[in-house]
Amino acid sequence: MNRSLVPVLGVLAVLLIAIAFVNPNFVDPPVFLAFLKRAAPLALLAAGQYFVIASGEFDLSVGSLITAEVVIAARLINGDADATWWVIVLLLVIGALTGLVNGTITTRFGVPSFIATLGMLLILEGAVFLWTDGAPRGALSDEFRMFGRNNVVGQIPWSVVILLLLGVGAVLLMRSDFGRTLMATGDNARAAALAGVRVSWVRTTAFILSGLSAAVAAVLLGGFGGVSAQVGRGMEFAAITAVVLGGVALGGGRGSVVGAMAGALTVESLFTLLNLLGVSGALEYAVQGLIIIAAVAFTSRRTDEHPRPGRGIRRGRAHHSVLK
Amino acid sequence: MGGGSTKAESPSEFFDQAEYDRQLAMRSKQPVGPADKPWEQAIEPQMVDTAKYKKDGPYNFCFSNASVDNPWRQVGWKTMQAEVKLHPEIAKFTALDAEAKDDKQISDMAELGSQGCSVLIVSPNTTATLSPAVEQACKTGVPVVVFDRGVRTDCPVTFINPIGGYAFGADAAEFITGKVKEGGKVLALRILPGVDVLENRWAAAKLAFDKSKLNVVGVEFTDGDPAKTKSIVSDYLQRHGKLDGVWMDAGATSVAAIEAFEDAGQPVPPITGEDQQDYLRKWKDAKLTAFSATYPTYQWRTPVIAGLKILAGQEVPKQWKLPQPTITSDNIDQYLLPGMPPLHYALCGCKDMPGYPQNWGGTS
Repeated sequence: MNRSLVPVLGVLAVLLIAIAFVNPNFVDPPVFLAFLKRAAPLALLAAGQYFVIASGEFDLSVGSLITAEVVIAARLINGDADATWWVIVLLLVIGALTGLVNGTITTRFGVPSFIATLGMLLILEGAVFLWTDGAPRGALSDEFRMFGRNNVVGQIPWSVVILLLLGVGAVLLMRSDFGRTLMATGDNARAAALAGVRVSWVRTTAFILSGLSAAVAAVLLGGFGGVSAQVGRGMEFAAITAVVLGGVALGGGRGSVVGAMAGALTVESLFTLLNLLGVSGALEYAVQGLIIIAAVAFTSRRTDEHPRPGRGIRRGRAHHSVLK
Repeated sequence: MGGGSTKAESPSEFFDQAEYDRQLAMRSKQPVGPADKPWEQAIEPQMVDTAKYKKDGPYNFCFSNASVDNPWRQVGWKTMQAEVKLHPEIAKFTALDAEAKDDKQISDMAELGSQGCSVLIVSPNTTATLSPAVEQACKTGVPVVVFDRGVRTDCPVTFINPIGGYAFGADAAEFITGKVKEGGKVLALRILPGVDVLENRWAAAKLAFDKSKLNVVGVEFTDGDPAKTKSIVSDYLQRHGKLDGVWMDAGATSVAAIEAFEDAGQPVPPITGEDQQDYLRKWKDAKLTAFSATYPTYQWRTPVIAGLKILAGQEVPKQWKLPQPTITSDNIDQYLLPGMPPLHYALCGCKDMPGYPQNWGGTS
C-alpha cells in the first residue's frame, strides 16, 4: 500500500469514528450510504482535479463549470423526460471541451493554469449570469435527477455505484501507461519530454478528465439538490483541499488518486461532523483554508525529508537507505 | 451538542419592539384602495402633499436598482418594466443596475442626477450606506421614491414596501405553532445572517416559538443552496429521528427541504415557504400541510404609479404600506400558475399586463 495514503486514511478514520460517536445512527448502512451519496460528487471532482494536479497544474474552473452545466441542463430539459439522455451526453461534451480549452491555453499559449482556469471560472460565471439573468429557468426531469437522488436497488444509491465504477476506472487509468506518463510529466516535465512523453498532450488530457469529472459531478449535484445558480460555488477549492489532504503534492508527480478521493471523503466527514456539532456556515471556509495550508505544509515537509527521485537531489534517499 | 439552537442571537440587535407591534397589528387592518389591485392599496396611509412637484409630461423616469441577481428581483424588475410601458406619458425610462455593490449604486445615483430625471426611484442595496446618497438626491429637488429595502432618512416623498419582515416571520411561525403539537421538534432554516428584513423575519418567529411549547431543535443557514439545505435537513433527521415542523425565512429552498423528507422515506411535516411556483406545485401535488408568507413582487409596480401621482400633484402616502397576503391550502389554487417557471413568484401582480406570460418566462 502506498505510504502517502496513511495520514489521510488515519484522519478519515478518526473523523468517521467521531461522527459515529456523536450520531450512533451513522453506522446504519442506509445512513452511511446517504453520507457516501452526498460525498460522491466531491470525490469524483477530486479524482478529476488529481489528474491535473499530478501533472503539475491546477483546475480552478470546475466549480463554475458545474453551475453552468446544471443551469444548461435545466434550461434544455425543461421537465421533458425525453431530453434527458442527449442532454447528459451534451454535458459530458461541454465538460470535455472546457478541459480541452483549459489544456490548450495552458500548454500551447504558455498561460499558467492558475490564471487560465481562473479566467475560465470567471468567463463561465459571467456567461451563466448573462444567459439566465441571475434566475435559472426550466426544470430537470425525474430521469435526470435519478442519478443524484435515487437508489439503484434497495438502499444502494446511484451516486455510490457511479463513484465506485469511476473510482476503479481512475485507479486502472493511473496504472496504465497514461498514469506513468502523467506522473513523469508532473515530476519533471523536461525529463519526461526528453524521454519521449508528449507533455502537452498528457496535461491537456488531464484537463479533459477534470472537465468530465465536473460534468458527472454536475449530474449528481443537480440530481441531488435540483436547479440552483450557486450549486458549484466553492467546489473547486473543496476539490483542491481534498486532493492536498489526500497527500498529493502541489506541483505534481506525487500522490495517488485513491488518496485524492479519500481526501474528499475526509473533507465531507469534517463538514458533517461540524454540522452535527452545531458549528457550520462561514466556519467551513475557515476550516478549509486551514486544511489547505496545513496539508500542503505537511506534504512539503515530507517531501523534504524524502526528496523525490529525478529532481537532482538523490543524496537524502541514498543516506536514508544506508541507515536502513 | 445541539448547539444549533444557541447559535441564533437573541433578537435584540435587529429587534425594534414598536415596529414589531405596528407590523403585527397591520396584518389585520383593511387596506385602502382597489381590492383587485393590491399594488395600489395602502395600509393606514398618512398622505403627504405633492403639489410642489407637479409637472407636465412627457416624463423621464430614472431608477437606481440594487441588483437583479436573484429570481425575486428578476420577476420584480420585469414587472416594473411592464408597468412603465403601460404609461405613454413616461417618454424615457433610465435604469441603472448597481450589481449589488453599494459603491456602484452611489455613483449610479450621482450619474442619474445629471440625466434630467422627472422622478428618481431607488431600491437601495443596503440601508446604512445608501442613506447619504439618497439624501444627496433629495437635495436636487427631484422627487425621490424609495421601495423594498429602506433608508435612514425621511427625505424621499414616499417609501413603499409591504408590511414587513416581522409580519412575515410571525405569519409563518404562527402556522407552525398552530399545526405542531406541544413539544414537537421544529427546525428553522434561514438563508443568511445580517440582512435586516431577514433578521426581522427570524426575530418575530423566535418570539412566537419562545411563547409556544415547541422545541426548536436547530437554526441553520442554508446560503439559499438547495443541496446544502437538503444535507442539513437530512442531518437533523438522522440526529433527531424525525422533525415535526420546518420554518423557513425564504421559499427558494423549501422544495429541497421537502425532498429531504421524501428521500428519507419520512412524512413531510408542516412546512412554510413563499410564493414560488415550484413550492406551490409540490405542496399541491403532495397534499402537504404547508403555508406561505410572502414579500410580494407586485411592490415593483407601485413606485412607477407613485411617481406619476407625484408628478400629477396628487397626494401619496408618506409610508406606503402594501398588503402582504399569505397562501394557505384554501387559496393556493389562485396562486398556482401552470406554464410559469419554477422560480416565478405568484404575487407579481403581472397576470393582466401586456407580455404576460412570455416576458416572465412562461408559456400560455
